[in-house]
Amino acid sequence: MNWLTNFIRPRIRSIVGEQKDVPDNLWQKCEACEGMLFHKELKANLNVCYHCGNHLAIDVKERLAIMFDEGKYERVPTPAVPHDPLKFKDSKKYADRLKASQAKTRELDAIQIARGTIGGQKVVIAAFDFAFMGGSMGTAVGEGIVKAAETAVKDHAALIVIPASGGARMQEGALSLMQMPRSIVAVNMVKEEGLPYIVLLTNPTTGGVSASFAMVGDIHLAEPGAMIGFAGRRVIEETVRETLPKEFQTAEYLLDHGMVDMVVKRADIKETLSRLLDLLMIRTKVGGAKLGNGGKNSNTASASKNGKPSGRGPVALLKKAAPEILKKKAANATSEPNAKPANKIASR
Amino acid sequence: MSQLEFEKPILELEGKITELRNMSGDSALHISDEVGKMQSKVSKLLTATYSKLTPAQKVQVARHGDRPHFLDYVNAMVTDFTPLAGDRNFAEDQALLGGLGRFNGQSVVIMGHERGHDTDTRLKHNFGMARPEGYRKAQRLMEMADHFQIPIITLVDTAGAYPGRGAEERGQAQAIAKSIEVCLNVKVPIISVIIGEGGSGGAIAIATADRVYMLEHSIYSVISPEGCASILWRSAANAPDAAAALKLTAQDMKENKLIDGIIAEPIGGAQRHKAETIESVAVQLRAALKELTPWDPDAIKKSRAKKFLAMGRA
Repeated sequence: MNWLTNFIRPRIRSIVGEQKDVPDNLWQKCEACEGMLFHKELKANLNVCYHCGNHLAIDVKERLAIMFDEGKYERVPTPAVPHDPLKFKDSKKYADRLKASQAKTRELDAIQIARGTIGGQKVVIAAFDFAFMGGSMGTAVGEGIVKAAETAVKDHAALIVIPASGGARMQEGALSLMQMPRSIVAVNMVKEEGLPYIVLLTNPTTGGVSASFAMVGDIHLAEPGAMIGFAGRRVIEETVRETLPKEFQTAEYLLDHGMVDMVVKRADIKETLSRLLDLLMIRTKVGGAKLGNGGKNSNTASASKNGKPSGRGPVALLKKAAPEILKKKAANATSEPNAKPANKIASR
Repeated sequence: MSQLEFEKPILELEGKITELRNMSGDSALHISDEVGKMQSKVSKLLTATYSKLTPAQKVQVARHGDRPHFLDYVNAMVTDFTPLAGDRNFAEDQALLGGLGRFNGQSVVIMGHERGHDTDTRLKHNFGMARPEGYRKAQRLMEMADHFQIPIITLVDTAGAYPGRGAEERGQAQAIAKSIEVCLNVKVPIISVIIGEGGSGGAIAIATADRVYMLEHSIYSVISPEGCASILWRSAANAPDAAAALKLTAQDMKENKLIDGIIAEPIGGAQRHKAETIESVAVQLRAALKELTPWDPDAIKKSRAKKFLAMGRA
């Protein structure tokens, strides 16, 4: 309420125009450079600070919209799981914390699954919502990863998981610990089908999440500045009794230490993924082109269901679709004996 | 470390018994009578105390320095033990030991966290808190077991993976994640026993097994009660509350169907009766190995995945 709404008569008010839809916080401060950010410009810049390039948190639905082709995707419902199996209570009941987060985010738990295409390639994305109890992984999140993996296998699509999580959800005790092997069982289903499993590490990815599915991807991408690590900074500082460098556990630090393949700006993620999928998914592409069924690789999918033999292997598919590639390969193979001795000398 | 607060009345009685025994011989007969009475009182007290330990007390017992540790088990139940060292990348980590040996006449790969038993050995083994190298060595040994089709036994006893600067730089998270993945991929039986403390990721890294057992007074948790209390209650003083809420005892874990069985400890806990405890663990391991041998390599891998997939589902 302000003087306008309080003291001006309704008729005049309607002329002046009541501004109902104005958000409370038109401006916010960048945590990194303290520059002021106007909400419209910030949104247009994908929630990346336009002063310093700091990647701020982004709403899951906005993230999905900027990743999928034409911003179009279909949500895959997350399966229901028993809530609060331990009847956990600290200063608050876990059941109440869950309800509060569900009301705030209008989602069942900290993970959202979507299917669609990126650069024309079929993709299933499972994205964490940090706004939901710090993106912590309990049974529901684990079940979400399982569901995403199963959907990827069924659709013959790539799986992309985007963690933003403090780690395991303490309120589910050892059940949350068991989501570590569980989530790895899930992503292994995708890997064993020969489909790409890509992880996009975002701020933050720590604890039990970083120490499970998030670190076993075929390819690891990370957003600039994202905090990624196992133990918390404070715990480490207390243990080793030294002050850690500012860049410790950042995406760039992990890149330097060989834990991620590349640090990719939010604006470049879609293009990067599109290129990677294009390079990786030869089998589906060959199958799809051969079958000519408009990207519906239903035959490829059923072939894999029938078992591994001949029809599914890359060589077999290549024979059908692109014999000239095989010829080239054979040519390379014959030149190998000559190359080997040279390699030996070089390595000495 | 080795004196438990809740055992005070028992320890006092035991102290008196020793005192009486040390008294010299003139009234020897009368004393032995008295000692006998007191000893039966002690055993009654022990039975009563240990049959209703609170979760917080179990945490103390599980961490007791006198409990048998990895090397105690190996020395007592494995013949021809041949320790193997190194991750072939960076270093040898003495917090997680492992090697080849013969258990019950059968070739096995056995590995586990070693906490040490005095200041020197505790430092040498980094109190059982492994660095990435420890987990990478574990992966190497598991893959070797897979290659030669030898069963794997793991003994878990750690507060957690070591939270150090170097450990982070060398990919502690990746090392644990990969260990879990290797556990899931091997096509030989894996049997795990939580012999003391099963601390979070550092534990599950080698406990993603076909059969997981816990000693009666061991604990298994996603976070230490102290850590949980300082986050959720904003005070480490609430650790006993956290210990209860986390459902970390062997009994809770069995009830929630997250482990396969509980191995009973002698009255007064493993710290009082090392040899008996080790024998009980050996008996359970023999039974589990017998049950799992012979195995179908593909089937055992599949059933392990299925087991973990089913956890937490209604």
